[in-house]
Amino acid sequence: MRLLSQIGFLLELTRSHDIVRRYFVVNGFDGALTMLGLIIGFQISESSDLRVVTNACLGATIALGMSGLSSAYVSESAERKRALNKLEKAMITDLQDSAHGTAARGIPVLIAVVNGSAPLIISLLIMLPLFAANNDIELPIPPLIAATVIALLLIFLLGVFLGRVAAVPWFRSGAQTLLLAIATAALIYLIAG
Amino acid sequence: MIYTRKLILDVLKPHQPNALEFCRGIATAGGDYQVRLLVIEMDEKTETVQLVIKGEAIDFESVQSAIEGLGGSLHSIDEVEVCSETETAETL
Repeated sequence: MRLLSQIGFLLELTRSHDIVRRYFVVNGFDGALTMLGLIIGFQISESSDLRVVTNACLGATIALGMSGLSSAYVSESAERKRALNKLEKAMITDLQDSAHGTAARGIPVLIAVVNGSAPLIISLLIMLPLFAANNDIELPIPPLIAATVIALLLIFLLGVFLGRVAAVPWFRSGAQTLLLAIATAALIYLIAG
Repeated sequence: MIYTRKLILDVLKPHQPNALEFCRGIATAGGDYQVRLLVIEMDEKTETVQLVIKGEAIDFESVQSAIEGLGGSLHSIDEVEVCSETETAETL
């Protein structure tokens, strides 16, 4: 509880709520669309070996997570250091031991975790039918179709979340992101199919 | 025993945390502190504020530590009010 309130204070201090939210949506969307693309690609190529599909998707998921984690940390860390240096110049004092110093070190870690975990979690959710099928769990529909449906649903939910942020009708923003996903799928079918 | 009852401090602080959060942070340094903040001057990244802290026994070190912890810098002690155990107040 104390850690959560400390994180809340540091986010408030650096006004980073928006950035964290943006990173979550942007990279979550990246993860969902990448998985959708991979799964549709496998559907088109009619690869029957589900283990190959699962491993390829898992590889992409881990890469997306690591990419999100490292890129956000490196860029945010540099930005925060720059901002802290500017503030230290204005204050003519060392702020390393202050809340600003803690924020400059801690906020990049938090943002990196959000940026890395968003595509990781979303991709793993999309892969659930593949894991189930690999473990001989019966599904009512083929695993690749089920994974596609989950991907579209999660993309729709990301849109709903954005709609709530922007205070616009949730159905409209959900439909917008869903339309983008369908357009992506159509492009893949058109080019690769 | 000498107790510090009131302190008026000149402090330079960043815009964040804002005045309310800053006062709250300093108030938590003691159990019965009353903190009043007045913005004297505002710059692009900083603001000069006057802090009035009242309490039964103000611990200056913990107040200073709270100020620095919130990113502030104590410039001067402008006024103090202390009293001895016999409650004789004197203003320096």
